[in-house]
Amino acid sequence: MIEYAWLIPVFPFAAFVLISFVFRPWKQFSGYVAVAGILASFLLAVPVFQQVLGGAHFEKALTWLPLAALPGGGGEAPALQVGFLVDPLTAIMLIVVTAVSFVVILYSQGYMHGDPGYSRYFAFISLFCVSMLGLVLANNLLVLYMFWEGVGLCSYLLIGFWYQKPSAAAAAKKAFIVTRLGDFGFLIGILLLFSRAGTLDFTKIEGMIAHGQFDAGFMSLVGILIFCGAVGKSAQFPLHVWLPDAMEGPTPVSALIHAATMVAAGVYLVARTFPIFEAGPTALTVVMVIGTITVILAASMALVSNDIKRVMAFSTVSQLGYMMLALGVGAQGAAMFHLFNHAFFKALLFLTAGSVIHALHQLDEIEPGRSQDLRYMGGLFKHMKITAITMLIAALSLSGFPLITSGFWSKDEILAAAFAKGEYLVWAIGLFTAFLTAFYMFRAWFLAFWGEPRWDAGRVGDGESGRIGASELRTQNSEPARSPVHTPQRSHGHGIHVHESPWVMTIPLMALAVPSILSGFWGSPLAGSGGFVGFLEGSEAEPLNLTVMGLSIVAALGGIYLAWLMYGAKTLSPQKISAAFGPMYNILYHKYWFDELYNGVIVQYGVLGTAALMKLFDTIVIDGAVNGVGKVTRSAGAVLRQVQTGRLQNYGWAMYAGAVVIALAAIAGQFGR
Amino acid sequence: MFALTLNHFLLLGALLFSIGLFGALSRRNAVAILMSIELMFNGVNVTLVGLSRYVASANPLLGQIFAIFIITVAAAEAAVGLAIIIAIYRDRKTIEVPDFDLMKW
Repeated sequence: MIEYAWLIPVFPFAAFVLISFVFRPWKQFSGYVAVAGILASFLLAVPVFQQVLGGAHFEKALTWLPLAALPGGGGEAPALQVGFLVDPLTAIMLIVVTAVSFVVILYSQGYMHGDPGYSRYFAFISLFCVSMLGLVLANNLLVLYMFWEGVGLCSYLLIGFWYQKPSAAAAAKKAFIVTRLGDFGFLIGILLLFSRAGTLDFTKIEGMIAHGQFDAGFMSLVGILIFCGAVGKSAQFPLHVWLPDAMEGPTPVSALIHAATMVAAGVYLVARTFPIFEAGPTALTVVMVIGTITVILAASMALVSNDIKRVMAFSTVSQLGYMMLALGVGAQGAAMFHLFNHAFFKALLFLTAGSVIHALHQLDEIEPGRSQDLRYMGGLFKHMKITAITMLIAALSLSGFPLITSGFWSKDEILAAAFAKGEYLVWAIGLFTAFLTAFYMFRAWFLAFWGEPRWDAGRVGDGESGRIGASELRTQNSEPARSPVHTPQRSHGHGIHVHESPWVMTIPLMALAVPSILSGFWGSPLAGSGGFVGFLEGSEAEPLNLTVMGLSIVAALGGIYLAWLMYGAKTLSPQKISAAFGPMYNILYHKYWFDELYNGVIVQYGVLGTAALMKLFDTIVIDGAVNGVGKVTRSAGAVLRQVQTGRLQNYGWAMYAGAVVIALAAIAGQFGR
Repeated sequence: MFALTLNHFLLLGALLFSIGLFGALSRRNAVAILMSIELMFNGVNVTLVGLSRYVASANPLLGQIFAIFIITVAAAEAAVGLAIIIAIYRDRKTIEVPDFDLMKW
């Protein structure tokens, strides 16, 4: 089976082609084709995974483009190859990508129902799966890079799926441009590596590193450049700004981007090229620092966001930071383990959020975007029990609820690895963020499902944009008591019927709830050497550190308890707390002004300044050259046309002179012999 | 005793050709130019006939046949040339060549 692993991306690709060119007019059928394509991939990925579990390993490559030998390179002439590699890392990713994609595509059948772009949606999402599967199967950096850009393209197409909305179009552009910025460094890294190594094969490069062919400085440089690509794709600290905006796409797309495809690519890239990072210690430190900054930065922004999808987007950024942090302290296994678990519970979180939005979509008629606003939710528990419970499971897992959730085991392993490495500051930040994570996740859950329903209330939070957290509570307390007749919106709000989503949406939720709990046990200390890390690296996992684990439990439970006090039992007033942290709250609410900084400084001065310079160059040099050629031609013509006298005998003289010259030349040639 | 050699023929041909060329390039009258061109033709003809007489070759009559062809074509050319000159004269009432500078820039 394993030698047919290359077929895994072929099925969704066939689905993409069939939907694009054949089934486009038959909408319902396009959805079935997409499901069939990804299901076939999943069914093939399972036996491949089993074989890899049994110790199988497969690599096959074809020469695509033979090249001339590098100057001074020595050895065999380099060649560009296409090929695929199946090892434990790839096998895990194959399972995650196909399983999550299958569930998401199934769920999309319900979520996208009635959308005018139904067929287009399924074509793009199939192509997205192709890109990601190709990326994880690639056996060298070049093939990986090609699919890497494919992932970028598909994310652009899907984030901007509702391209009629200006915000969606802008978000798609932002995602593409910001990630492209990182990809530029990645490409330079690839070229630099190729110039020295003469090959891009992971296996060969690993062998060369093992032989000590490269010095640490070079490896660090290549590692940092490759990491640039990962920073862009996995939305790490300086380039994290695109991910929250990517919420403009359909919610299942967000689930796919956040769980299995887009952002996982960056972590996968670093894990795949990990030998390079190990050989370049500076690069490893950079990974760790960036990861740590991202963890706390993103989690803090999630604390105050009122958009249910944005809370989750920030949480994704934060969790990706955990993975990078783990890679940075050398715990590749822990990072991949967290990626594995995170894929399931984050997909579940987004799909449950999608279910909530789907139920509340009538609110959008009052004001676009209101269906995603936590301030207008509340009390949904009794209306949509399946969604509420599955989201609770995912939230518990993300918060790292002790012992029974998958998120607990992997997060704990990361923290234990940081602690064992002696990076106590990193560990402390990670621990504090675990507390924040539990808090913001349960804040969202309690706001959505607990308390009084606010979705049939009138307009809230008017005016004070910087103090929305404060008005949030005011709404909870005073708004339902107010007489509804005074607000004109009331007539709209009156007819809102909240109901559980159809079975095509709830079954995927329940299906994902299972791995959200269970996937962690594979990597827990209970599994011993047969566990995840052992499978991936062939080494033992970090030994159990009860102190670290105990503190993680305290952080998680503390966060959940605080959220309960503030938003569940309401014994603590969020209003007072946000007032106490006034300036801090403001900073967080505005996302540290990153967008403003980038827009105001980089876009305004950097990009537009460069554009102005380019325009000058264009008008002066390019236009000057073109116009100059024209002017020279005209003036040359003005001079040279004097030759055309129109007098017959002048032409006769010219002919005669020409004949004389030819004759003289012939004679000279005779003598010169 | 004066002996006629190839050089005499070539000299005569070159002389006729040069006189013709001078006339063609310097005369203003179109008819005179036409006549000068005839002179150049005949210079060439003399050369061809002389060479055919003195230089051994597989086909001793080749140059002479060539000369007869040139005479024939030159006659046709003269007819066409005169016709053009008459046409120009009807239009412009002149056959002075410098006046025909319609193709000037």
